[in-house]
Formats: sequence, structure tokens, C-alpha cells
Amino acid sequence: MAPHDLRRPFKRPAISDQQRRRDLSLLRQKQNRLDAQRRARCLASSVLSFQSEPKSPSQEQSHFELELELEIEPDAEEHQGPATTYDVRQASKLRGTEARRWFAKQLMLPEWMIDVPPNLNTDWYVFARPAGKRCFVVSSNGTTVSRLRNGILLHRFPSALPNGARINNVSRSGQSYCILDCIFHEPDQTYYVIDMVCWAGFSLYECTAEFRFFWLNSKLVEVGACDTPSTFHKYRFATVPVYNCDQEGLQTAYIGPVPYVKDGLLFYNKHAHYQTGNTPLALVWKDENCSEYVIDTDSKGQVPNQQQLVLELQDDGRLATSDDPSVIFGWLNEDFIQKTGLHAGNLLRFAVNDGGLSFVDGKLEKADLQYLGQSNRARAFADSYSKVMFQYIVRHSPLKIEHLFASIGPLGDGDIASHDVEMAA
Amino acid sequence: MAMEVTQVLLNAQSVDSTVRKHAEESLRQFQEQNLSVFLLSLSGELAGEDKPVDSRKLAGLILKNALDAKEQHRKYELVQRWLALDVGVKTQIKTCLLQILSSPVPDARSTASQVIAKIAAIELPQKQWPELIGSLLSNIHQVPAHVKQATLETLGYLCEEVSPDVVDQDQVNKILTAVIQGMSGNEGNNDVRLAATRALYNALGFAQANFSNDMERDYIMRVVCEATLSPDVKIRQAAFECLVSISSTYYEKLAPYIQDIFNITAKAVREDEEPVALQAIELWSSICDEEIDILEEYGGDFTADSDVPCYYFIKQALPALVPMLLETLLKQEEDQDLDEGAWNLAMAGGTCLGLVARTVGDDIVPLVMPFIEENITKSEWRQREAATYAFGSILEGPSPDKLTSIVNVALNFMLTALTNDPNSHVKDTTAWTLGRIFEFLHGSTVETPIITPANCPQIIRVLLQSMNDAPNVAEKACGALYFLAQGYEDIGSASPITPYFQEIVKSLLSVTDREDAGESRLRTAAYETLNEVVRCSTDETAAMVLQLVPIIMTKLHQTLEAEKLSSDEREKQNELQGLLCGCLQVITQKLGASEPTQYAFMQFADQIMNLFLRVFACRSATVHEEAMLAIGAVAHATGPDFAKYMPELYKYLEMGLQNFEEYQVCAVTVGVVGDICRALEDTVLPYCDGIMTQLLKDLSSNQLHRSVKPPIFSCFGDIALAIGENFEKYLMYAMPMLQSAAELSAHTSGADDEMIEYTNLLRNGILEAYSGIFQGFKNSPKTQLLIPYAPHILQFLDSIYMEKDMDDVVMKTAIGVLGDLADTLGSNAGSLIQLSLSCKEFLNECLSSDDHLIKESAEWAKMAISRAISV
Repeated sequence: MAPHDLRRPFKRPAISDQQRRRDLSLLRQKQNRLDAQRRARCLASSVLSFQSEPKSPSQEQSHFELELELEIEPDAEEHQGPATTYDVRQASKLRGTEARRWFAKQLMLPEWMIDVPPNLNTDWYVFARPAGKRCFVVSSNGTTVSRLRNGILLHRFPSALPNGARINNVSRSGQSYCILDCIFHEPDQTYYVIDMVCWAGFSLYECTAEFRFFWLNSKLVEVGACDTPSTFHKYRFATVPVYNCDQEGLQTAYIGPVPYVKDGLLFYNKHAHYQTGNTPLALVWKDENCSEYVIDTDSKGQVPNQQQLVLELQDDGRLATSDDPSVIFGWLNEDFIQKTGLHAGNLLRFAVNDGGLSFVDGKLEKADLQYLGQSNRARAFADSYSKVMFQYIVRHSPLKIEHLFASIGPLGDGDIASHDVEMAA
Repeated sequence: MAMEVTQVLLNAQSVDSTVRKHAEESLRQFQEQNLSVFLLSLSGELAGEDKPVDSRKLAGLILKNALDAKEQHRKYELVQRWLALDVGVKTQIKTCLLQILSSPVPDARSTASQVIAKIAAIELPQKQWPELIGSLLSNIHQVPAHVKQATLETLGYLCEEVSPDVVDQDQVNKILTAVIQGMSGNEGNNDVRLAATRALYNALGFAQANFSNDMERDYIMRVVCEATLSPDVKIRQAAFECLVSISSTYYEKLAPYIQDIFNITAKAVREDEEPVALQAIELWSSICDEEIDILEEYGGDFTADSDVPCYYFIKQALPALVPMLLETLLKQEEDQDLDEGAWNLAMAGGTCLGLVARTVGDDIVPLVMPFIEENITKSEWRQREAATYAFGSILEGPSPDKLTSIVNVALNFMLTALTNDPNSHVKDTTAWTLGRIFEFLHGSTVETPIITPANCPQIIRVLLQSMNDAPNVAEKACGALYFLAQGYEDIGSASPITPYFQEIVKSLLSVTDREDAGESRLRTAAYETLNEVVRCSTDETAAMVLQLVPIIMTKLHQTLEAEKLSSDEREKQNELQGLLCGCLQVITQKLGASEPTQYAFMQFADQIMNLFLRVFACRSATVHEEAMLAIGAVAHATGPDFAKYMPELYKYLEMGLQNFEEYQVCAVTVGVVGDICRALEDTVLPYCDGIMTQLLKDLSSNQLHRSVKPPIFSCFGDIALAIGENFEKYLMYAMPMLQSAAELSAHTSGADDEMIEYTNLLRNGILEAYSGIFQGFKNSPKTQLLIPYAPHILQFLDSIYMEKDMDDVVMKTAIGVLGDLADTLGSNAGSLIQLSLSCKEFLNECLSSDDHLIKESAEWAKMAISRAISV
């Protein structure tokens, strides 16, 4: 048993450079793994696809000008030709018709309320819709872009949304982006956020409205998006107060004061996911008390004597609404189509004649329509069935606020469980 | 036959290698033919009083080696082999060995002691040989001193080999009584006292209960302290070794004795012979170690639980301790800096002073400053060196507030001394001290900068100039430059190093080319400093870093040209290749970190990979590891293009994954497989069968160091994420392994801190595997293959949550897995998830975490779950 060695490191740093090389490699690998994981979590869930029309070579070319890395996937299930899948961040760089078509398909479009859905007081939220331009706001790569329903660019600006401005975002992952469903309210230059679709790279498409509203209310304030405008935050964002659709909630939404001009009421089913296109799980309703625009106006802002509607001309001459499946309002004969040079896909404007719309068992049977001409070029879609119907009943026997209150039941009844979810910000 | 054995054993020690090899071969054959007879004859040989000492010793040694091995796997085999041996044979051998303890030949006794202890280490845990300790203790009362001595020595070895929990307290008491009696002043024979003192050193670990008993502890301490005053230097040294061990093992029991201990050690440091004085200093160093650990655990928060309270012995002893240590600094040896193995009073004293500074912080400064001021300008080099060394030693511990003003004054002095002092020893210590200043008082966390735009140029100039000094001085200057660069690590574009970058690189490269760069670790230090300068460089100098690539490549190429090397030259070549590969790795990682430089780096990728593959062909563990690390960096930098290197690289990956012995190599290779997966994504598929096979083998091996296993699990995740649903065919192998590892790591009850830390590493690896697998299968039609595993995974998450001992990293990964599971399985797992604890309490706990990574993962999980259960 010899004496034990008691030498200690002398004039040596505690850690060798070799160990440092190992440690730094491990650190890099850890970071890379984290990035890969984050990419996997964020991306795949928010890739949105849309069916593109067969493109001419020149259109194909234009994609390269857009500097897009398009991921073209063969559509395995349906043989309808190639489907193009855009990552939202890539889509936010789209221009022109592509952008218009893409964005037009991404918004959830509420149907018009033509009758009261069951369980309104338990399964639905209600809030006053701000008057203004419905738009998508996308923040990514250090900038924020808003686009109208038809895809036209509204603003490009810096914002406090995640990755919405080029400040202090150096460390933020390039994957991080947001998509908000907003209404731009001109008078106070504010984006009222009515729904949240993606937040910081996480997709909320398949989340319930209940969850999306909760998330929206907690996140938006957190990042400072509701702060007053500054250099790096050009427009203010605001949430809208959302209520359970009980007596009290409906009353507040209907007559309660809000900092914006009201344009009707929106009803959202609590359990519904964010569904692009027309959906009966989100409804819009208006009357003269809560909206200046109950009855459609013409291009001069006048209420026409006759109700007007826009329908899409189909291959076989039928006139269809924008619904899926569409509702057929009538057809044009071939001679007329040839004579006027119309072709499938055109959006056509009609007036409802005195014959009106007639129904059998709640289904449209006959429509007395008069052809007025092609619709405004800026329009992307025909009217939906519910829109036509709402406009029709507004002119004949409107669905009144009393009807809504009546369907909920007397005040204080049936709303025992619903006081806890006050969503007002 | 007996005669034959003697001759063979003597031949096995012959100077004639042919004779020796022949003898070794005979012994090997003998052992293979009949192990029992072989071991019996060896014990007989060792016992043979008429045999030559040399054959007896070798017989004992072979016997010992037949019972134990360093390598765990081999050790296990030997233990099983002995246990399987015929009982009669074993009894015969053991009886024989015990008899040898009475032999008049010291070497025979000593060898037998060791063999007995080895057998005890195997048999006592099996409850065999119960009479051993009793029969040893009966020897103690025998009259001949040499028997007593041999018996105490045997007890010492026994305590070293055997774990305390297999010896019952009654026997421990008897052993300790015998040992302490043997140490005490009543024992007239010094050999017996020495053997007893050395035995106590090993027996201390058995004395937990006795140290908790005041009377017994007092008695042991008294005897040990008395032994430090023995006239025999060996006994004094052994007694101090006991004190050193007691001071760390029984720190919390020291209070009543600390004054006596100080007196004894102070006397030893000042008056005793060096080996004893060194132990006396070591005692204070180990008390510092204890207190540093305790105070670190306190972490400034005095309500925190710590098993052991701090008694502040160092703080109390400070006024006397510091002067004692300062005196030792003046006892330097000439040229100690040139001797790698040197360890003397001055070195030990300075090291202890550094530990004292770390223990007490600011309090040490006023006690050391007068010594520095008095000696730093003296004409005698020893005084200047001692003063400088004292200064350098106390730079870690005290607050920057306390040191900054002093260092500001000293800095100029140091720079002048480094240039002008006539003594190389002083320059060495001065350069080292500058390095310490930069290490502890320079960097983005230091409020008042020591280095300013005004003095930085001068500092760099002096350091570069010292690169031409003696190798030991140049090496310390490299070290100082290393920390100078490191301090500017996160300063960004304004680094004051930038304007000097080219000059620094040039100087360092020319240092590596110095004829004498092999001395004092100089070449290594120069490359390491070059690495750090590159790591901390900014965008402005990226072009110059890029220019380094062909330079280092050329150097690496040159090492490959050398032919017909002697083994010594080959070792040097390997070392140099290691340094060069390391340097290329650092450069590659640097350039790979940003897009423009990454792109520029690509032009060299082919050549670099070609060189690395040639380095592999030379085969040496450390080079292998460095080249492998570098390859990971290349894979990251090149991305999908890396695919073209795979056909040639693959076999080396396989070799790396098979390297159980050098587990670092295996670990590094596992990491590189991850890099390659991320770079190649699904094009790595053709190599996955082989890689997965190797990884699964690694996991099943009990030879592989356990630290490699967590990264292997993580690597499963990397592979799954890369190849997606193609991972299907590995599920049936990987999942059961993950599942059983998960079960093992779910509970930690009764584990110590180290085990809990390891368990958390393991959990993290397992969870990363699950994450990768789930994400890999996302949106695949084969998702349902994962459904059967979901209940177990959720249960695993619940149980680690219940266990309440996961660290933040595991928490983040675990909650992420919950999200991945929900995300990939969707409504298929909705109800399962709702039943789990994790989706409620655990998720809420994570959502309200302060750690933003945990919070981010939790938010992701919350969303994924809300989608899964709302469908």
C-alpha cells in the first residue's frame, strides 16, 4: 500500500479544449435537433393546399419570378390534376391572381342567418362585427402583410406580432409566423382580430372556436400587439368582446357600447374548427339597429328597388351559388350564352323580379330572375345561397332580434353554466 | 511438476524474450488445461518457503490476476469462474494463503495479503468465507510482529476491496479495534504501526457508525494525531493521509479537532520532510473542496437544503492559514516548469491558496496583498515569482469589485514583467497570471472592463511577442490569449481582436511550426488558442477564417505523407492529426453557422472529407474521434450534398459505433449519425439498416459506457424524423427497447444525485426518440401503427410527472412528446389523452413555467391536444 498520489492540476484551465470541442458539438447538435423538431411540429400542420387550375406555360413561368419553392405533390386520392400546396409563409409572398385566389379560399366565410340554429344559448358565441374590410393579416420574415378577402394587398407594415417586424427577432425561428382573421376598421385605423388561424408557427385550424378565442385573447396582448402604434408597430390590433349567446350576452352584443362602428352580429359555434370557405357554423345577422348596411346597395350606394344577386355560370348553362354543393337558381339557354359571349365561370348579375323566389318544403323551387350583365371584375365569387335568402327575407319578412331572444328563452333561464366563459378582453 | 512450475515462473521473468514467451505460453496452456490444478500449484508455489522469492511473487501475481480485472466484463467472468470452482480446491487455496501470512519472507506475505483480499471481494458478498475475518483477527494476538504486520496489511487490502455493506458492524468494530491498537504508541514495532496506519486509511469508509460515536471518534482521532508525530516519516505520512481522508469523509465531525489539526499541519508544513508537508497542505485543500461544494449547494440561498452544513473552517483558520501557505510559495524548485511530473511545496501551497480564495472570496485579498507588494519587486527571482503566483492564485473567488482596482494597477506591471523579467520562471507565472485575469475578470458579464481599447493593443503585442519566448512561457502566453479571445465571445462586431486577427493567426501558426513546439505542450496550446480565436471571431474576419481552411488542410495532408514511422513518431503524428482535425472542426462549425460563409466553405468540402477519410485509414482512437467530430460539422454545413460521401464514410461510422472500449468515440459517432440524418433526411435511408443494427447492439451491450445510451435513444428520434414512416420496420425492435428503458427510468426512489442525473439524461433520450418517431409518422397512412404504444408512453409521462424529480430539460421534452402524440394520433388518442394525468396537472404546470422553452412546448401540446379531442 504505497502512499497515494496527491498531485492536483497545476497552472491548467479546468477544462480541456478537446472537451470544449465535444461540448460545443453537442450543443450545436442539440440546437439542430430542436430546430428540426420545431420545424416538424409547426410546418406540416399548417400547410394549406388549394386546387390550382390548369396553368398556361406563362403562368408556370411566373412562379419562378415569385421566387417560390413550391412543393408539388401528386394528388394520390383524386385524379384531378396536380394540386399545389403552399406553405402559408410562401403564400404570403404570392402576387396577383395567384394570391387573390389563394387568400380568397383561406378565409372562413359565415353564412347569413336565415333561421335560428338550435342550442343558440349553449353552443354559440356572439359578438358585434366591426364595420370595415375583412382581411387576413400574415406576419412572417420580419414583416406583416394584410390582404383583403379577394386577395388584394391592403397594407404591408411592421407589427409587434411574432416575426412581424425586423427588430430583436434575430433569435426567432424563421418558421415563426402568424395568420389572423381581422377586420380593418378605418375610423380608428385598427385591426380588430376576429379569429386566430396560426400563432407563432402553430396552426389553430383544427382547434375549436372556444380554444381559438381563448388563445387569441391571451396571446395578442402578451406580445404587445394591442399597444398603441410605434415605429415598429404601425397599426394597433384589438380583440373584440365575445359573449356566450345567452340573453345577457346577446343583449350586450346587440346594444352594448363598443369602440368601433358595428356592422351586424356574428355567431360562432363553440365547437367548430376554422373551416375555410362558407360554413353554417359561423353566422352573420344584421338589422338596422346594429348595421348601416342591412340591405345590399348598388355601386352608387343606393338601395336598388329590386334585390340583386350574383351567380356563377356553369358549363351546362346553369346558374349556381358559391356554396359547395352549389344551389341552382336557373339556367341560361345556349343561344343566349353564345349571343352574349359568356362562358363558364363568369359571374353574372341578376335582379329578382316580382315573381320572387318560391319554395316547396323549404327548398327553392323557382326564381324569377332578370339578367343585368357581368358583375364587377373585383368579385371573386358568386353570392351564397344564405346571402341571397337573407337579402330576400330582409325585404319581405325579416328575422328580427326578438326572434333571436325568443329562441334563447327568458332572461336568466338556461344560462346557469355559461357565466364562466366571459371572453371579453 | 512442482519443480517445473518454479522454473516456468522464473523463465517468465527472463530477460531473454524467447525464453520468456515460451514460459508465458506454457502458463497459459496450463491454465486452460486445468484451472483448479493451476491455481493450486500457484498457491503452493507462493507458500513454498524453499522456493525463490521471484517465482513466489509471480505465482501470487498470476493468482491475483486470475481473480480480478480492470475491465468490467472480464472482471465479471473471472468472478463467475472462481465461484464455479470446486469448494475443496478453493478451501485448500485459502488455507494455504492464510498460512503464508506467517512466512518469514516479506514479499510472500504481502503478495498473499493481496490475493486474500481479492478472494474476499468475491466471496464475502456471497456470504462465503464467513470465518475469514475471525481467523485474521486471531492472528493479531500472535507474538511474532511480522505476522501481525501481514495481518494488518491484509485487513487494509480487504477494506480496500470489499464494500462496507457486506461486513457487519460487529466485525467492523473488531477490525477497527485491531487496527487502532496496532497504530497506537503502545505498539513497539514500527512495521506494525505503519501497516496499521495504512490499513486505517482503507478502513475509514467502514467507520461510519464509529465516527458517530463521540468516544470512539475521539479515540480514533487521538491515535491518528499521535501517529502524525511518530519518529518514522512513513508513519507520519500515512497518518496524514488518514487525516486527509477523514477531513473529506467526515467533514461534519471535524469541529472539535480543527484547532489541533491546524497546529499539527502548520508544524508539518514548516518543519517536516516534503512528503509529509505535502500531505499536510493537501488536508487544507480537501477541506476547501468540501466547503466549496457545500457553499455551491447553498447557492447563496441559505434556506436550501444541504445535507451537510458549512462549518467555515477555512474562514476561521484564514489569518494563520494564509501566511503558512504564502511561506511555501518561496520554496520553488529550479526548472519546475519544465518537469511535467513535478509536485512540490510551492506548487501545492499555491494550489491550496487558490482553493482558499474560492472558499472565502473577498476576505483573502487583504491577507495576500502585503505579501505581493513586498515581494514583487525584489531582486531575488523566488520572491518575484512567489508574489506573482500568489496574485494569480487568488483571482478566482473574490468579487470583481474587490479585484478590479488592484488588477488595473497590476496589469501594466505584469505586461512589463512578461517582456523584461530576466527569469523564465517569473515570466511563466506572469503569463499564467495574465491568463487568469482574462479568464475571471474579462468578458461580457464583468461590469468594469479590465481591457479597454487603450490597453488592448499593448496586451496583444506583448502576448504575441511572448510566443517567441521559451516553450513553457509561450505556452502560458497562448493560454492568456485564449481567455482574452473568449472574453469577447459575444461582443459582436465590435471585438477589439478583429483588427489583430490576421496577426494573431499568423503568430499562432508560426508557433505550431517551432522546432521545440513539442515541449511544454506548446503546439497543443497554440492550436487550442487558434480554435478559440476562430470561435470568437466576427463576420468581419470570416474571409480570413476561410483562408485558414487550405492552410490547415495542407498541414493535415503533410501528416499523411510520412511513411515508415517508428512507434514514437506514429504517436506524435496521431497527436498532430488530432489537433488539425480539431482545428478543422472548429473552423467548419464556425463557417457552417451562417449562410454566406457556409456557402463559401462548400468549395473545400470534397478535399476535407477526402483528408478525413485518409486519417481514418491511419486508425488511432483520438484522431478518429476528432475527425469524426469534424465530419459532423461538415455534414451540418453541406446539408443534402453530404450524401456523396456516405458510400465511403459508412464503414467508419460502423467502426465508430462498434467502439465500445473508447466510449467517447462511440458517443461522438452517435452524434454524427444525428447530424447526417438532419443533413440527408430521407436519403439516409439506405444506410439505416446498418446504423440501426449497430445502435441496437450498442444498447444491448453491457460493455458500453452507460453515458452513450441516452444519445443513442435520441439518435433513434433523429433517424425517425429523417426517414418518416420508413422507420416502420424498426418499430418492432426500437419500441420494446424504449419501453423497457422507460420502465427502468420511470422511478428513481433511493437513487443518489448522480443516478438521478443519469436517469434524467436517459429519460430525455427516450422522450426525444418518441418525439422523432411521432413527428416522423405524422400525416402518414401508417400512423395507426403507433397507436398500440400510446398507452404505455402516456403512462410513462404520468409516472415521471408523479416522481417529481425531472429536470427542466426532461420537462420540456416530455410535454413536447405529449403534444407530438396528440398531433400525430389525433382523435385516435383523444380519449386516452384525456384519461392521462399529464394532459391536466402536468400540462398546467408546464404552461405556467418560467422557462420559456418549457412554456413553448406546453403551448404546442395544449394546442395539439385541443385539436385531438375536439375532432
